[in-house]
Amino acid sequence: MTIWQFFLWSVLKVAVVTAVLLMGVAYTILLERKLVGRIQNRWGPSRVGPFGLLQPLVDGAKSFLKEDIIPTSVYRPLYLIAPILSLGCALISIAVVPFGEPNAGPGGLDLFEISNVNIGLLVILGVTSIGVYGIALAGWSSNNKYSLLGSLRCSAQLVSYELALGLSLVGVVLRAGTFNLRVIVEQQATKGVLSWNVFGGMQFVAFFIYLAAAFAETNRSPFDLPEAESELTGGYHTEYSSMKFAMFFMAEYANMITVGCVATLLFLGGWTSPFGNLIPPPENILVHALFPIFWFAAKVFCFLFLYIWVRGTLPRLRYDQLMNFGWRYLTPLAILNIVATSLWLAFR
Amino acid sequence: MHLILFIVFAGFCLAGAINLLLQTHPINSALSLIVVMTSLAVLYLLLGAEFLAAAQVIVYAGAIMVLFTFVVMLLNAGREERTRGSRAARAVGFPAVVAILAVMATVLLCAQGLGVSSVRDSITPTEELSAVLFTRLLLPFEVTSVLILIAILGAVALARPGSGEPQGGAGPESGADPAGSAERTGGK
Repeated sequence: MTIWQFFLWSVLKVAVVTAVLLMGVAYTILLERKLVGRIQNRWGPSRVGPFGLLQPLVDGAKSFLKEDIIPTSVYRPLYLIAPILSLGCALISIAVVPFGEPNAGPGGLDLFEISNVNIGLLVILGVTSIGVYGIALAGWSSNNKYSLLGSLRCSAQLVSYELALGLSLVGVVLRAGTFNLRVIVEQQATKGVLSWNVFGGMQFVAFFIYLAAAFAETNRSPFDLPEAESELTGGYHTEYSSMKFAMFFMAEYANMITVGCVATLLFLGGWTSPFGNLIPPPENILVHALFPIFWFAAKVFCFLFLYIWVRGTLPRLRYDQLMNFGWRYLTPLAILNIVATSLWLAFR
Repeated sequence: MHLILFIVFAGFCLAGAINLLLQTHPINSALSLIVVMTSLAVLYLLLGAEFLAAAQVIVYAGAIMVLFTFVVMLLNAGREERTRGSRAARAVGFPAVVAILAVMATVLLCAQGLGVSSVRDSITPTEELSAVLFTRLLLPFEVTSVLILIAILGAVALARPGSGEPQGGAGPESGADPAGSAERTGGK
């Protein structure tokens, strides 16, 4: 493959994946509104289109058309950079996520991953850790005490839970012996559910820690203190309006999807089927290529469903409870999990 | 291709460093430092050190600098005043800089056998790096981690409520802290 072909394919893949991700974001928002509505015994959006299916598109158009207000006393450069940074980092990390069989395209082309990086897992962690700045700078540059409080909470929370999140993944990496996401998935492919890291790999403790830390990392309820509307009116995005606000909103949901993808890859066997080799692989080449994507999407969907379910169920924690939970329970538990996994691997 | 990337990111790195010194607002300086750190990560990647690049982004740009910006925001640090600088500093400073650069240049030019590092295609896999860290360099690696542990213990001892009064227990730990934290910045 020449460099130009490689370049063209890469641009094509980036465009398609970004478009799919953004559509996914839009419809995750709708899913959340519908589900939380049903949990609270109401319908949720139901007027625009059949079952309210066109609601996200209309909402998007609305955000574009609204007046963009920049308050006079904000620190302009950072105020403008913050939402771009936030959304940019949220969209970048999907680039190393493999979501289908490798080399499924014509001529052994890697259709279902933008780039296969040796240190894929670390890239995701790194990009996520840069994403903190979007929120931190938004709050600081808004020159508003609610925003500042929101972003202070956010930085402290993200730094604390990033530790637990990173440590919870070490068990999986120990088992796999690599940071390459594709290899990690292929090692879980042999026996279906039984060889997934969360069951067969005995990483259920790690999975629980990852879940809790991921909720905190994406600022989702019950850890949504940076935007606790009852105390902070809206937290870090109080002063943002129109499309800039929508960018923060989209970043949050894109992060949710990425976190779901990582959970799927590391703990739930990625694109492999939960039945292992019980079902013979389909004959048709198109079905053969699309089946893994179906499994991947289904797993991510379950994860998002869980996210929304928890949001509809659990009340928000207090700030000291949040910090206590992170430092006194999750982090030691994650370290214990690493020790236990290493011992198991050593004496197996 | 690699050369172009090197020039671009070395440029970013230098621009960030100069901007760091010129900015009067602490938060802008902190952000420039993040640019420097991230461009350094790309340079490491160009040298084939992928794990180092990722660690640079996660640890420095992602964790340590977040704490920097956190402190700047928490203290609500204002704009610094630009001063003319003292005459002594200007009289001694420029010759001193020239002298240091000259010494460094002579040492580097004279030194032989420092090893060669060049921009290249191949990448050192993380497995090799960890094998070296846990066999040949095990002692320095573990000593560094003990130093960091001492720094953490010192910080905890200092931050504990009531440690301002002279108490028997807190003495040796808080005594170890300045050395520990100084070593930590050097050791990493």
